[in-house]
Amino acid sequence: MDSGWRLFLRTIFARAYPRLIGQQREKAWLFFETFLPFVAVAGYVYVYRAMQAPADYIGFAVIGGAMTAFWLNVIWSMSAQLYWEKDNGNLALYIMAPNSLMAILLGMALGGMLATTLRAAVIIIVGILAFHVSFSVSHFGALFAVFLITMSALYGMGMLFASMFLLYGRNMWQINIAMQEPIYFISGLYFPEKTFGAAISLAASIVPMTLGMDAMRQLLFSSGPAIGFLSVRTEILALVVLAIAFVTAAKYWLDKMERLAIKEGTLTDRRR
Amino acid sequence: MNSLAIETEDLGRVYKIRGNRKEKKQFKERVALSGVNLQVPRGELFGLLGPNGAGKTSLIKILVTLLAPSSGRAMVAGFDVAKDPKSVRPLINMVSGGESSGYGLLTVRENLWLFGQFYGLDNKTTQQRTDELLEIVGLKDRANTKTSDLSTGLRQKMNIVRGFLTMPEVIFLDEPTLGLDVGAGREVRQFVRNWIATKPDRTVLLTTHYMAEAEDLCERVAIINNGRVMACDSPANLKKRLRSETIFHLEVSPLDGAFPDLRNLPGVRKAVHTPLDGKSELELILASDEAISGIIAALTSRQARILNLQKREPTLEDVFVDLVGMSLAEAEKNG
Repeated sequence: MDSGWRLFLRTIFARAYPRLIGQQREKAWLFFETFLPFVAVAGYVYVYRAMQAPADYIGFAVIGGAMTAFWLNVIWSMSAQLYWEKDNGNLALYIMAPNSLMAILLGMALGGMLATTLRAAVIIIVGILAFHVSFSVSHFGALFAVFLITMSALYGMGMLFASMFLLYGRNMWQINIAMQEPIYFISGLYFPEKTFGAAISLAASIVPMTLGMDAMRQLLFSSGPAIGFLSVRTEILALVVLAIAFVTAAKYWLDKMERLAIKEGTLTDRRR
Repeated sequence: MNSLAIETEDLGRVYKIRGNRKEKKQFKERVALSGVNLQVPRGELFGLLGPNGAGKTSLIKILVTLLAPSSGRAMVAGFDVAKDPKSVRPLINMVSGGESSGYGLLTVRENLWLFGQFYGLDNKTTQQRTDELLEIVGLKDRANTKTSDLSTGLRQKMNIVRGFLTMPEVIFLDEPTLGLDVGAGREVRQFVRNWIATKPDRTVLLTTHYMAEAEDLCERVAIINNGRVMACDSPANLKKRLRSETIFHLEVSPLDGAFPDLRNLPGVRKAVHTPLDGKSELELILASDEAISGIIAALTSRQARILNLQKREPTLEDVFVDLVGMSLAEAEKNG
């Protein structure tokens, strides 16, 4: 039997597996998770066209639509996940196994991220084909780095929420629903974040999608840099700080959750 | 190597229960376990028998490192579960009745692989053991079926395989046959019996509220009620407690208010009345055969009709009645 880092890596890969493979088996989910965000994208595209907004705005809507898939995945399949794992008895098995709970959360994040990337890619491809979006990528390396760091920070946030929701989330459904639309709006998923002004944009930057989207817009579209909230370099730096902060906080809350679960005996009990 | 697989010393667990909204900061205490002392040698199939709410699951949760004891000490496979859970965890596993663990979208084989990974099993070993165990429990032909498509019984068989897949030194089976039909329950018991027979260095701790299951499987049984161990011995020795008594089972027409008097009749040690649809069942522990005549006289004087009368050998249920003063069903109701 492996232990240490080998067990850690095995656990990450194993927990990612149900998301990577299992979820692809539900064809209905695949359809709705790509079709519904695409409908939202189409809505914005037609509004922008009616307003005769610049052509890049159509591209903003398509990229924003793809990113909503990640946000939905983070709130419903990351934040709420430990709560559901408790309900079906998996959480108790995770805690009493020799693996690390952090590896379980990382596996969930990795699996969710990769599975959602497929959906997001479909949204972008269909969006490009349907609405004739054109990109003018200024730096592929920076774009890839921004995407990766945004995902790390975003899923780090999901990992943190997963533990916190388990501890305090009896009203998890309401919290998730309450977070869904306001975050789409305040993060500027479909329009430039700068529109809100510095104070609101700064506050919204706690959600990694805000800075990630802003940086991607700047790197993907010719009009991007002019409507950017901060410079790409600053946004990358801030996203790195957010990623480290969220993952560290997730570890802290996860340890706290495990200690509390063992002390009180309620967190792993399906009857409570 | 410590010869004991499980050892508890004066183990206790108290739950703090929050009050209602008005008394938010007030906590009530509920004692789940109190002064539990158990010693289970390696290689034993040990049973914990008691009604729902007796403290069996709390005890198991402490032993599998999922719950901290409030007092006392518990050792599993030579390690203190509270102080050194990381040393205990690779050596144990647990299967609970009515469990719905795993992921419905994955197949049986994939779910088992997944849980094997959490214990660091390499793919070859996992595959080999999965094949062996699925064959034994009769689930091999469903290895590639999605778990969501399995019946309750087949799903529980998969859970059993999950628990044994890691070859634990100590396995905890918490009501493993709960909700299973008679046939599936028998197969699970047979599997457990064979496993311990072929691996004499492994230990099984089984909790159940099915008396026959404990009697059938366990070398020793601890009877637990209200968080306390009332007795601990082999089923045969436990039943010897009642060697000098006589056990009668009676079915009579509905008794209503007439029952309480029976307990006070001469020679009646314990009496349990279970009202059923259209009749009453009586389990009687009597000091001697002669006492039954007094019972019959008392019943007929109250116009109760005797439908069935059987003298029988004592069972663990009778031992429970003798120890606790009520049947398992009554204890669950009162619990």
